[in-house]
Amino acid sequence: MNDNIWILAIANSVTLATTLMFGSLGALFTERAGVLNLGVEGVLLSSAISSFLAADASGSVWVGLAVGAIVGALLTCIHAGLAVILRANQIVSGLALVIFGTGLANFLGKPAEGKDVVTKLKPITFGPLTDIPILGPVLFKHDIITYLAIALAIGASWYLFRSRPGLELRATGDDPATVDAQGLSVANIRIRYTVFGGLLMGLGGSWLMLAQSAAWHQSATTNGIGWIALALVVFAGWRPMRLIFGAVLFGFTLQLPFTLQAEQIDAISADYTKMLPYVATLVALVALSRPSRVNALGAPRALGTPFVRDER
Amino acid sequence: MSSTSHEVAQGPHHSGGAAPSALSAHSIVKRFPGVLANDNVNFDINAGEVHTLLGENGAGKSTLAAMLCGLYQPDSGYILRNGERISLPSPRAGLQHGIAMVHQHFKLVERFSVAENVVLGSRDLNFRIDRNTIDEKVAAVAESYGLPIDPTAVVGELSVGQRQRVEIVKALYQGAEILLLDEPTAVLVPAEVEKLFENVRAMTAAGKSIVFISHKLGEVVEISDRVTVLRNGQVTGHVTGKGSANTKELAKLMVGRDIDLAPQRASHPIGHEILQIRDVSLTLNGVDVLSNISFNVHAGEMVGIAGVAGNGQRELADTIAGLISPTSGSVSIGGAMSTDKGPIHARELGLAYVPEDRLGVGLVPSMSILDNLLLTRDRDFVVDRASLQPEASRLIDQYEIKANGPEHVARKLSGGNAQKVLLARELSGGRTATKLLVVCSPTRGLDVGAIETVRRVLDDARSAGQAILLISEDLDEILSLSDRVFVIYRGAIVHETPGETADLATVGAAMAGLSSTTSEGHN
Ligand SMILES: Nc1ncnc2c1ncn2[C@@H]1O[C@H](COP(=O)(O)OP(=O)(O)OP(=O)(O)O)[C@@H](O)[C@H]1O
Ligand SMILES: [Mg+2]
Repeated sequence: MNDNIWILAIANSVTLATTLMFGSLGALFTERAGVLNLGVEGVLLSSAISSFLAADASGSVWVGLAVGAIVGALLTCIHAGLAVILRANQIVSGLALVIFGTGLANFLGKPAEGKDVVTKLKPITFGPLTDIPILGPVLFKHDIITYLAIALAIGASWYLFRSRPGLELRATGDDPATVDAQGLSVANIRIRYTVFGGLLMGLGGSWLMLAQSAAWHQSATTNGIGWIALALVVFAGWRPMRLIFGAVLFGFTLQLPFTLQAEQIDAISADYTKMLPYVATLVALVALSRPSRVNALGAPRALGTPFVRDER
Repeated sequence: MSSTSHEVAQGPHHSGGAAPSALSAHSIVKRFPGVLANDNVNFDINAGEVHTLLGENGAGKSTLAAMLCGLYQPDSGYILRNGERISLPSPRAGLQHGIAMVHQHFKLVERFSVAENVVLGSRDLNFRIDRNTIDEKVAAVAESYGLPIDPTAVVGELSVGQRQRVEIVKALYQGAEILLLDEPTAVLVPAEVEKLFENVRAMTAAGKSIVFISHKLGEVVEISDRVTVLRNGQVTGHVTGKGSANTKELAKLMVGRDIDLAPQRASHPIGHEILQIRDVSLTLNGVDVLSNISFNVHAGEMVGIAGVAGNGQRELADTIAGLISPTSGSVSIGGAMSTDKGPIHARELGLAYVPEDRLGVGLVPSMSILDNLLLTRDRDFVVDRASLQPEASRLIDQYEIKANGPEHVARKLSGGNAQKVLLARELSGGRTATKLLVVCSPTRGLDVGAIETVRRVLDDARSAGQAILLISEDLDEILSLSDRVFVIYRGAIVHETPGETADLATVGAAMAGLSSTTSEGHN
């Protein structure tokens, strides 16, 4: 068996994990505040095409990434408004966001369909470090945004469990009435983290476009990664550190069919291996709809429940 | 008030002095749709004092407390803190003025540690949280008021009494000078009440003021320096001076008539067996919740089950009601098996059930009183609301439920009145004539007048030949109504005794797990 291809596979998994990490980190912050945002897929798509257009027009990847992130934040503002301020059903509002985001991407991307990504984000080179066998390609051959994703996840873990705002965030997701009684604004906290979550998702979508894709294709760019990101949060038990490993694992299964094909291993049909991450996602999403079950996994207690003060 | 806190705490407070009250409310009016909850209420409290609010269910006590801590805003009237006018637009503003409320439903994050809960929301917290530092700080504050507590314990694993202590420590940590305790003892067992009172005395000795709300008159007499009686939103009476009132007087001040809570036993010979429980065991998530429970309840008999909450009584009641299937053993009602057949079947066999959780299992909070009554009536396809109207109105009168009428939404009832609606529904019979009545903590949160009503209704049901299983933590209630008393401990019946000769100390010890075996019951 060719060792190189498996090392490459692992390196690829880390790369593929980047969008997943942004998407699921965004969802994690949102959900920790008690808001369920099922609209990740729509946000990823819209921010991907926005970043593509912005990068193309400006000739700068950074402008592209920034625009994509901002579009992500703006889109989730809609969800925050509906879910937090108007206390709409969060599942319905999230699904609406998927449809809206997909439609928006379709609208913006029509003229660009099939166009190549010219302004691309390049990996950082670490000189000799990159050439270390095995470790080199796995650890030292990514672009800055991938490292940022990992740093963010580690930072998020510290923030959640070791900082004052993190304590307040977790409390808001678990027991908003208690936070309210302390004089903190539940709505404020929820909106803030929902929009921040959208910003992260937007960055993930932009990165997927500008670092990963050869060309813009409405139907093929995100490929359901937004849904996988949601599932990942459940598997990670709402903990950022576990999310890093989960993202790499999902990244690995995502690229597995291609590696197997390259290796000409066909004991299992590629159709099945391709299905794997999506089946796992389905399972997690079903679990997400059963509060009693996800509670045991560590889900925020008030996840998906609008907060109303005077209810007794 | 310039003297040291210790002098203030002893003896009666220095009224009539020039110093202003720590907190006073003047001409407070609060209106809810259709009710005048507070009608020109005046109230004041001094440092180092326990001032009790007493009144029937729906009198407006919780509403007044909510306005004093900033949770509700008065429609008119004003509030002074040390003589200066303050406005309390939010609970946070209340805290800034040193006023904190300990809610009956605790505002605690169950997954957090004690220390995390205590520091949550406090403004002097650094951005970075160092566990050891906050643990030490919280422990130090708790210790300084004689409220020892483990700061690292997870709140979800604490008993109700311990959680309440966390709430109090939290208020003190945030600098509260005035604590509002809304029915703090309703959820406590006697030993915990004693602990709470020790804490209250320690706090008043340190110059804190306590606004205390309770329906238990014995407690009120024991702990209060002053009592203010509310009725229909108005202040109708005052009692000043520690221990200067007795429970009879207070009851009369509250409800305007004499109250009789003398023990009652079965007056007719008991009939055949209605409820038969055979070797019922229940294992939930690998934990033995009930083990080998067997007993019968006869027609015209009331059996009381005493026990500290969490010893399996709730599951036992749910098993009888058909909400849970036992792991082994059987339940039959009126001679017919009801195990594994579900709640509707149990009700068809003549069961009426008053669960412990009124606004969850018992009533649908968002529905009106009428619709809640309908739930156990006919199950025809077309709902006939009109024909139930007169009965609903009659029940509201009979149980003296403070509501705008049958269309009042259950959630907007005061705590005690919600309980009354549930009792009215279950005790007035459903589709089938009631043969067996299972009631859990029927009088929790009720005022003495209502307790008298409920006891009378239960006694009438017994005289009418119904079999009654009374499950309660309130030992007084169990001992003064039951014909036979069982004590449940860790899911097993550990003690049995006839109600008439039952002894408070022995039963109390059995509840705490101190008895060895079943005794006197089988003479
Ligand atoms: N949020 C609300 N909306 C509408 N009505 C309310 C609300 N809160 C209280 N009320 C009404 O105001 C009245 C006073 O209620 P409150 O809760 O103050 O009574 P309480 O004295 O605390 O009674 P209890 O002893 O039963 O707890 C009741 O008639 C109640 O139905
Ligand atoms: Mg009340």
